[in-house]
Amino acid sequence: MDWTIIQQSLPNFVQGFKLTLWLSLVGIVGSIIVGIITSLVQYFRVPVLKQILNVYVEVARNTPLLIQLFFLYYAFPVMGIKMTAETCGIIGLIFLGGAYMAEGFTGGFNGVSQNQLDAGEALGMNQFQLARYVVLPQGLSLSVPALAANIIFLIKETSIFSVIAIPELTNTALDLIGMYYRSNEYLFVLVVAYAIILIPVILLLDWLERRVRYGAFGN
Amino acid sequence: MAEEILKVEHLNKFYGDWQALHDINFDLQKGEVVTLLGPSGSGKSTLIRTLNGLEPFKDGNIYFKGEKVEPTPKEWQKLRQQIGMVFQSYDLFPNLTVLDNILLAPTKVQKRDREEVKKEAMALLERVDLADQANSYPRQLSGGQKQRIAIVRALAMHPELMLFDEVTASLDPEMVRGVLEIIKELADRDHMTMIIVTHEMNFAAQIADRVLFLEDGKLLEDTPGKQFFEHPQTARAAEFLSSMEF
Repeated sequence: MDWTIIQQSLPNFVQGFKLTLWLSLVGIVGSIIVGIITSLVQYFRVPVLKQILNVYVEVARNTPLLIQLFFLYYAFPVMGIKMTAETCGIIGLIFLGGAYMAEGFTGGFNGVSQNQLDAGEALGMNQFQLARYVVLPQGLSLSVPALAANIIFLIKETSIFSVIAIPELTNTALDLIGMYYRSNEYLFVLVVAYAIILIPVILLLDWLERRVRYGAFGN
Repeated sequence: MAEEILKVEHLNKFYGDWQALHDINFDLQKGEVVTLLGPSGSGKSTLIRTLNGLEPFKDGNIYFKGEKVEPTPKEWQKLRQQIGMVFQSYDLFPNLTVLDNILLAPTKVQKRDREEVKKEAMALLERVDLADQANSYPRQLSGGQKQRIAIVRALAMHPELMLFDEVTASLDPEMVRGVLEIIKELADRDHMTMIIVTHEMNFAAQIADRVLFLEDGKLLEDTPGKQFFEHPQTARAAEFLSSMEF
C-alpha cells in the first residue's frame, strides 16, 4: 500500500464522491415521489392507470439496472432521443427505484388495518380524506423499514453508472486503475468512500425507524 | 308522534352463496334504544355494520329519517356524518392525540370551526372524566379510556343515531362499567337514539326499550325490552337467555 498514490488520487475521488452523493440524492428523492404516486394509484385501484403502473413495476423490478442503462444510453439515441450520461443515469435509477419504493409503500399501506379504515369511513371520510388522514400517515410510518433498505440499495446501485462513463466513485476508481495499475490503493479508497456515505445514512435511517414506530402500538 | 329515524325493509345479505341476513324488517323511532342480541355468528355485527354502509347489502331497503338510502359511496359518506359508530377494538388513530382524534372528522369532514369543536370536545372529555388526557396518545391509555374516547369521537359529529358494536367485548371486567355508564347516560340524559350489540345481559335488560333477537341471520323477535327478558316469545330466545345466566 503506497500512501502517496492514495494522496495524489484524492482530488479525483472527491469529485467522484460529490457526484455519487448528488446522483444518489436526486435518484432517491425521485424514486420516493414516483413510488408514493405509483403505490397510491395501486392502493385505490385507479382504473387504467393502475394496470399501466403494474406493468411498469414488473418491468422495472425484473430487469437489471445495467440493461436499463444500456437501453437509455445506446438505444434511445438510435430512436432520436439523446441525453447526457448523467441524465440517463438519473432516469434509470428513478425508473428502478420508483418500482422498489412503490412495493415498499404498498406493503406499508396494506399494513394499515381494515379496522382503521372502517373507523375513518364510519366518521364520514371520503376516499381522499381516508388517504390523507388514515392511510398515508400510518402507512408511511409502516413503510420506513422498506424505505431504508431501498435507500441503501439505490446508493450502492449508483456504482453501475460507471459502465456509461459517469465519473462517479466506481468509475473514478476503475479509471485510475486503468491508467496507473494500482488496484490495491484505489480499491481501498473506493471502499472507504462508500463507507463514509453509507454508515451515516444507515445510522440516520435506524434513528428514523425508531422515531416513527408508533404505528406498531395500540390504537 | 315520534319521528322515525330508521326503517329496514326486506334486507338480505350474502357472502358469496351463503346468506348472512334473511329478510330483516324493523324500524327505530327517535330516542329509542334497541339492543341487538343473539348467539355468536347470528349476524348481529353484520346487521349493525350494514346500517351505516360498512357492509354492502344485496337487496331490500334502508330508510334514514324517512328517506330511502341510495347505497352509493357518496350517499353513505354523507349519512355516516349523522350515524356515529363505536367498535369493539376502539380504533382510535394511533398517530394522533386524543384531542386530534376527536377534532379530525368534525373539522375535516364537516368543515366546522376548529375552536368551536375544540370547546365542545373538551366538554365531552370532561363528561367522560378524561379531560386531563386530551394531549395523550392512544397507546398511553387503557382499553376503557380508549373506548370512552371513541364514544366522544363519534358524539363530536352530532349524530342522530349511534351504533355500538360489542363495545365492551375486549375490555377488562373492571373497565366495562365505566363505558356502560356513559352509554346509559346517553340514553337517560340525552335521549340518544341507539342500536347496541352487546353480550352484557344485565346492561341490555336495563337499557333496552326493545330487543331484536337474531339467530342464523333471521330476526326471530322484536320485543319490548322488559317483556323480552321476562317472557321471551320464542323458545330459542328463552334458551339463549338461560344459557347466559350463571
